[in-house]
Amino acid sequence: MIKTGAEIIWECLQRLGVEYVFGYPGGAILPAYDAMTKYRVHHVLVRHEQGATHMADGYARASGRVGVALATSGPGAANMVTGIATAMMDSSPIVCITGQVGSALIGSDAFQETDITGITLPITKHNYLITRAAEIALSLREAFQIACSGRSGPVLVDITKDAQNGSCEFDWDASEVRVRRPERRSVLDQARVTEALDLINHARRPVILAGHGVILSGAERELLAFAEMTGIPVALTLLGIGAFPAKHRLCLGMMGMHGESWVNEAIQESDLLIALGMRFDDRVTGNLKTYARAAKKIHVEIDAAEINKNVRVDVPLIGDLRDVLQILLPGIERSDCGEWLVRIDASKDKSAVRDIQNLPDDGHLYAAHVIHDLWRETHGDAIVVTDVGQHQMWEAQYYRHDKPRTLITSGGLGTMGFALPAAIGAKFARSDAEVWVVAGDGGFQMTMAELATIVQEKLEIKIAIINNGYLGMVRQWQEFFYEGRYSSTPLLSPDFVKLANAFGIPAFAVNAREQVIPALRAARQQAGPALINFQVEQEDSVFPMVPAGADLHKMIRRPTPLVERVSDV
Amino acid sequence: MSKKEKQHAFVLYVENEPGVLNRIASLFRRRGYNIESLTVGHTERPGVSRMTILAGISEGAAQRVEANLYKLVHVLSVEDVTFTPTISRSLALLKVEAHDESRHRLMEVVHVFRARVVDLAPQSLIVEITGTENKIQALVDVLRPFGILEMVRTGEVVMSRGVERQANHDSPSTTELPLEAEASASV
Repeated sequence: MIKTGAEIIWECLQRLGVEYVFGYPGGAILPAYDAMTKYRVHHVLVRHEQGATHMADGYARASGRVGVALATSGPGAANMVTGIATAMMDSSPIVCITGQVGSALIGSDAFQETDITGITLPITKHNYLITRAAEIALSLREAFQIACSGRSGPVLVDITKDAQNGSCEFDWDASEVRVRRPERRSVLDQARVTEALDLINHARRPVILAGHGVILSGAERELLAFAEMTGIPVALTLLGIGAFPAKHRLCLGMMGMHGESWVNEAIQESDLLIALGMRFDDRVTGNLKTYARAAKKIHVEIDAAEINKNVRVDVPLIGDLRDVLQILLPGIERSDCGEWLVRIDASKDKSAVRDIQNLPDDGHLYAAHVIHDLWRETHGDAIVVTDVGQHQMWEAQYYRHDKPRTLITSGGLGTMGFALPAAIGAKFARSDAEVWVVAGDGGFQMTMAELATIVQEKLEIKIAIINNGYLGMVRQWQEFFYEGRYSSTPLLSPDFVKLANAFGIPAFAVNAREQVIPALRAARQQAGPALINFQVEQEDSVFPMVPAGADLHKMIRRPTPLVERVSDV
Repeated sequence: MSKKEKQHAFVLYVENEPGVLNRIASLFRRRGYNIESLTVGHTERPGVSRMTILAGISEGAAQRVEANLYKLVHVLSVEDVTFTPTISRSLALLKVEAHDESRHRLMEVVHVFRARVVDLAPQSLIVEITGTENKIQALVDVLRPFGILEMVRTGEVVMSRGVERQANHDSPSTTELPLEAEASASV
């Protein structure tokens, strides 16, 4: 049947199973918005296009399905850039659809024209400039396929206004995605598998490094089986949190710059690293020259371009993690790690006594207390969406995630302002789940306009602002590495309680430890959204810390007690 | 090029669509690798272009470039032919000053190099030469004293020998058959 390009957009989205589109209308995308009313897809009006991309991203991370964002040309499209780059770095499958000026005007610097395919070229898996209605169906279908195949990521489809207004025959079946080239099959020759199994079965101090790939591949069960069959302990990257239950006896916790000391020490002392769906980011390895020098490395990774990028590996296994683990599992011939776990546990005890949770209440409110209590009150079952900075690291340290897709955070790009919009996307994906935003006072102010979206969509999202009056992580670096010169990090904030009230959101203020649990309970009892402003200790720092580029085992440790910083450096 | 770096040659088949060259060039730029030479042209298959890209990079970087190139949707195939037996050629046009007294000597040089004179003007002539980069460079060095007014070079095109494509990284090839007499700088 004959349809307009605008109608074809929605026909395709509907047939691709899209339930929600996060967007903002404008001139060049008007035909699509006009056609939208005839279709079942629910459109969420955002307050800024960056928010739309983070929502699509949050939706994708919470559900495992493709998130969709929609915007107009020029500024609308340009505002999406940060969200697209965020999704690219964290391999999050999203499709962004943008309007473009009429094809006859392209290149003429027309009103609201911008070369968005040029701009997003290095931060998308692929992008399209569509100038004819007849190209829309195939491109959208391809875009969805590209977004979620292989190593997932963002795809942008830029559609000119005349392509939306034009008409053509729409035949869904005829727009089947063509095969351009044979997929590169996993080169899993038996020799490599044997080599890997030999290392796995004979290592004396092995550690599993589990990353985002475990979750993206849906390999949590295989990872659990692999760890339990071998008895090998599991360290997690920030984005790997949730891939392996925090409560499991083999779970070491988060590795890297703010990982616990025993995790980083275990990695440094190991004789075999089994890297599963992680990419040896600099925040994870510290100084590459001294990184796990005694360890052989097995790298299971879907993206061949990650092999030997940062760390030289002995056995690369390229392929989907779940497939590879299923191939490895039958060859496992060990059942425990003997003394190795005992040794790790011994170093754990030594560090754990410095833990902030074990300190008596000294009248100060620390972010760690807040996160710890949030974990207890929500029984560890909430989806927590964090922003970027100190609170993000405290969340990773003190909220214990047992299930995948329950921590949603911007890891690779470290995008402040991510939390609030991403939580909106997550809530749409998992309406049954309790969704908490944990954000700092800095990042929250970057995208707080989306509070209006929460109210307009009647979403039950709870918000915890960890307010220390500073851009805390930058302040911490200034304290440690710039002799305490707090250049542009003290931060004035509005009264967040009044601000929330202005949006019609109930809000609470907390500045003492004994108020934390009552406030959390009051917020959870609200049928709709609620916000709590936690006024925490101003100059608290995240420990342990591996300074950028330092050896992974040379951490700045937690002070004992808080007044005195003990450094192992 | 640093010690670990070596001239790598990549042969790509790509869909002939707008922006493909930009995507490929951008990939090298973004990862910080310098393209030494890039040639592109039609192939025996309609809608498919072939590229030869030379870049001075380390072995590890070459593997990642290959993997990254293959991730581009429009790239149909990519092969690092650095260690496979290949024929490589480029073409150059050289406009050289030529007066009555120097023209004869110039023609001799052109003859020895198996190059061709494709334009003869009162004050200059244009020499066309096809060959390996080394051979072309040798001619350039010899012609320089005559006065090179203008020069254009196509960059290298590379093709694997034989029918089977090989990717044996262990046996660097040095056995190019002397299909034509290669002139050297000592001529």
